[in-house]
Amino acid sequence: MARMKFLCDAERCIECNACVTACKNENEVPWGINRRRVVTINDGKPGERSISVACMHCSDAPCMAVCPVDCFYQTDDGVVLHSKDLCIGCGYCFYACPFGAPQFPQASNFGSRGKMDKCTFCAGGPEDDNSAAEFQKYGRNRLAEGKLPLCAEMCATKALLAGDGDKVADTYRERVVSRGFGSGAWGWGRAYPGQSGGR
Amino acid sequence: MGHSTCSHTKLTLNFLQSSSWIAGFFLFLITFLVSFTTNIEASSVRPPANAITNALPEKSTSQAKQKTPGGFVPGKTLGNRSQTDLWRVMRRNIKGTVSIPDKKAGVLIQSAGDSWMKFRNNDLYKYSSWTILGMIGTLLLYYLLRGTIRIERGMSNVTIQRFSKFERTGHWLNAGAFIILAITGLNMLYGRYLLKPLLGDELFATIAGTGKYLHDFVAFAFVIGIVWIFIAWVRDNLFSKDDIGWIAKAGGLLSKGSHPPSRKFNFGEKIVFWITILGGVAISITGLALLLPFQIQLLPGELGIHNMQFAQTWHTIIGIIMIVVVLAHIYLGTIGMEGSFQNMKTGQADRNWALEQHSLWLEEVEKSEEKQGTTDARQPAE
Repeated sequence: MARMKFLCDAERCIECNACVTACKNENEVPWGINRRRVVTINDGKPGERSISVACMHCSDAPCMAVCPVDCFYQTDDGVVLHSKDLCIGCGYCFYACPFGAPQFPQASNFGSRGKMDKCTFCAGGPEDDNSAAEFQKYGRNRLAEGKLPLCAEMCATKALLAGDGDKVADTYRERVVSRGFGSGAWGWGRAYPGQSGGR
Repeated sequence: MGHSTCSHTKLTLNFLQSSSWIAGFFLFLITFLVSFTTNIEASSVRPPANAITNALPEKSTSQAKQKTPGGFVPGKTLGNRSQTDLWRVMRRNIKGTVSIPDKKAGVLIQSAGDSWMKFRNNDLYKYSSWTILGMIGTLLLYYLLRGTIRIERGMSNVTIQRFSKFERTGHWLNAGAFIILAITGLNMLYGRYLLKPLLGDELFATIAGTGKYLHDFVAFAFVIGIVWIFIAWVRDNLFSKDDIGWIAKAGGLLSKGSHPPSRKFNFGEKIVFWITILGGVAISITGLALLLPFQIQLLPGELGIHNMQFAQTWHTIIGIIMIVVVLAHIYLGTIGMEGSFQNMKTGQADRNWALEQHSLWLEEVEKSEEKQGTTDARQPAE
């Protein structure tokens, strides 16, 4: 079974924000929530780098560890998903997540955060695959359709890679070798510690 | 050049008004062509030579070689910046720019989340379990050894007003709110491990969700209760030299027949009061910071996620301390001591109980009652 991973090649990302837009459109993400965002470091200075970041679907995910109602689960593909029916909107996953992935809809009323929303690796949620209920809560389930996350699929510079971790790593390895310098696979050190390949 | 374009447009408009559209068309064509050529001339992306820009003055190549910038990778590499330097600072909460409205999202990786998680899931979980179980164990052991502290002289059936209706209402408002907050709060820490296996995912999530809403809203009743009891009791809870005797005898808790004198509140009760008030204020502020994310600044510096983590951490620590103290308070107010519960239930204290527990207060009350009594005795005669 493949272990799904994201990788953003900072040498290629041009901060076009197409991944952000694609994600919002494909999954009909609520207003005020960005499941994916592009962060630019040293903006306008020498050494400027842009990185597209969303949920990294960590192996030992902090959100899963802190959730008081245990609403998270990890699929066989290593994708970290959650149930909005169980979520109580406490915000703990948001405090714990290193990547700022879990987000809450704009507080509708006092003391209410609503249900948490985050990147699903375009893999939906616990509902039946591609059901209306699943789409309404979590967005498209492209994995069930045999497709990969849209953000990476439509990345114009192929900076954002998504898919089987081994294949992603191979592609990136080739790039590093042909470039002849540094790696800088953003977030991998934190998300998949001690794992050069595989899971 | 822009000037001439402008005057042509004016002319075009004049011709349109006189409906001589052919001449107008030609003038339009001329205007269009003039502006087009103007655009071609202006279309260079380079600023004019005399333009003021913020570009750095170009260095000669020899200068650049002498002063290599930090992070220069020597050798025949394609990059000229140290990758390691860039990725190393990533773990230090550096903030980049984002084009989405939430500028806080500019933080790429917040490592403080790891520390927060480790504290909550390991240390907090472990130590608060030990503290709460330790207190329950201590109280149980104390009960087995000492039993209920009886009124030595027995009930006198003569009662004295200790708490007014105002005082009791404030106490029960605060107490009721606290119990709900404590149970729903503990559920956030322990429910996943204790209740969820028993109730199943769905039922537990419903209970926890309801509990969260209860916690959010009952909190305001608690805040009102804190203010209420502070107003009602702050004067009687100021520390005085009478407390020294009580501390010296450990409140008579450890030996039978030992009853150090005290006023309306003894030293132990004062400690409970001040922990409730100070803890209550701290837990209210941190709680409000959790209720209104990123609205209340508790730490200096940027109002970021560490503020929320800080609020959550201290909210829980203070909550656990208060729960432990209140456990002892509930014990002594109910099964731990004969005659204590009716104080807060009816407001009436048995005279013999008051004589043993609050002798100085009893003296005060009876003195003022004697005075009151003389006036009362005069009243019916009128």
